[in-house]
Amino acid sequence: MEALFFNVSTGFLEGIVRGYKAGILTQSHYNNLTQCETLEDFRMQLSSTDYGNFLANEPLPISTSTIADKATQLLVDQFHFLRSNAVEPLSTFLDYMTYSYMIDNVVLLITGTLHERDTHELLERCHPLGVFDTMPALCVATNVEELYQSVLVETPLAPYFRDCLSASDLDDLNIEIIRNTLHKAYLEDFHRFCTTLGSPTSEIMHRILAFEADRRTINITINSFGTELSKEQRAKLFPTIGRLFPEGNNAFAKADEIEQVRQACDHISEYKAFFDIAPSARANGGAQVDDLGGDGAAAQLEDRFFSTEVHLNKLAFMQQFQYATFYSYIKLKEQEIRSITWIAECIAQNARDRIQDFIPIF
Amino acid sequence: MSGTGARENVFPTRMALTNTKLRLKGAQTGHSLLAKKRDALTTRFRAILRKVDEAKRKMGRVMQLASFSLAEVTYATGDISYLVQEQAKSASFKVKAKQENVSGVVLPAFEVDRVPGTDFNLTGLGRGGQQVLRSKETYAKAVETLVELASLQTAFTILDEVIRATNRRVNAIEHVVIPKLDNTIKYIISELDEMDREEFFRLKKVQGKKKRDAEAAEAKKRALGEQEEKKLVDDDVGGGGGGDLLSSKDEDVIF
Repeated sequence: MEALFFNVSTGFLEGIVRGYKAGILTQSHYNNLTQCETLEDFRMQLSSTDYGNFLANEPLPISTSTIADKATQLLVDQFHFLRSNAVEPLSTFLDYMTYSYMIDNVVLLITGTLHERDTHELLERCHPLGVFDTMPALCVATNVEELYQSVLVETPLAPYFRDCLSASDLDDLNIEIIRNTLHKAYLEDFHRFCTTLGSPTSEIMHRILAFEADRRTINITINSFGTELSKEQRAKLFPTIGRLFPEGNNAFAKADEIEQVRQACDHISEYKAFFDIAPSARANGGAQVDDLGGDGAAAQLEDRFFSTEVHLNKLAFMQQFQYATFYSYIKLKEQEIRSITWIAECIAQNARDRIQDFIPIF
Repeated sequence: MSGTGARENVFPTRMALTNTKLRLKGAQTGHSLLAKKRDALTTRFRAILRKVDEAKRKMGRVMQLASFSLAEVTYATGDISYLVQEQAKSASFKVKAKQENVSGVVLPAFEVDRVPGTDFNLTGLGRGGQQVLRSKETYAKAVETLVELASLQTAFTILDEVIRATNRRVNAIEHVVIPKLDNTIKYIISELDEMDREEFFRLKKVQGKKKRDAEAAEAKKRALGEQEEKKLVDDDVGGGGGGDLLSSKDEDVIF
């Protein structure tokens, strides 16, 4: 019976988000964008969309990273608008969304501290969605021990750090392992939080988060082949909420090659498709893809993950009176920024043949 | 003649002539050797030029691929530059220099030495690791091309320099040293000839004078002899002189 009172507190924001969603670029926009010869034209085409003249004050020549930065800034502004107008429990939900970026930012700061760099410079490199008020305070820490303490005190990430890592771990473990451990904890916590929100939010969010978790699991497995990451360590990084959990995760923990990953995914029809099409496409691709070998299949896998993510997020808009819309909007917008950057990159580097490799949303 | 061109400042002696001839011979040998060296270097130079051209074109393509693969990484994972920078501890891609000898010219050649395994092979573990790996490979290949190009380019400039120097030497020998020596030889020969002629003339003169002197002496002698004879005849006519003691045999004197 959530729906009955939903609009009292969140109706306005949901309306806003659905309005934002209408501004997401469509296939015809993408068609126009891919026709552009230069980044100048590209900017012109974008100015007729919801992006407006967001690049108007940029000096020529425009770099692709500027485009990405500016587009991200727009998204961040929208997000902050939503966040400042949100009430409980939506505000907590939105906060949870920023945690994933926070993890990346804190990991970045940890890297800086570990190598004894001036972490103030790193603040600019942080993802704007993951910026929190007390983040500059983390820069005060000069060694890892201090940093660990201040992370515990200052950030909302404290529970993840407390449960998963000790101060000495920061020193010893590879930074990527720390990052993935935190992400695992975060996904599980977010999953738990969504359960408290009740249906239909929990239903939709569980689906999205389960996919996110599985994607992480598969990626970690594939990417750890041939590295010094041991199988026990690998198993510890797998989130325990995905559809592959637990028997799939166990199989992944033992996998040595991509074939075993495929077998482990076999009993979930959606995931099975990722691997099914990959080899045939590779065979059709001919020699050029062939010499990439397993890499080619894995790279395609990444694209499939992206398009599945987009698909799941699109489904979230099908239902009203739930919070997953907010999550999905941000994710879709992120994907859109990625696509725009990709097209801009292709135009800048004159790689027309790959320009269609982005993931359209609508 | 000897005055037509530059020549060396030598005394026109036979000794100097022999020396100069030897030096001319040396210069000619040197000239042909240097010319051979120049030809060898030029052949090499052309080959390198062609390779440089190829390598530059290849570099264009490879760098494009590489920066595109970086775009793929950015697409999949976002900005990883800082993480990679910080996690790189030891160089996995090293360049070794060795030397190569082309007709006496030492050309540096650079070689790639790749250490397998890297410090950041866990980057992108959660997302986009494959792209990172591929981008790394592509960039490694791009750097290999750059190293190749660098060694070619260095060889190119060094060879260019050396060819110039050799050309200068060849031309100097051909147009300055050899003509100078030739002139010197001509000068010495002509001077020697001149001296020969002078000597001959002098000898002739001396001979002529001697002859004249001799004739004069002869004539004088003859005149003297005639006078003597006349005197003798006069004596004969006058005193009757002593007879030949041997012509008349004395009677044996028995003691």
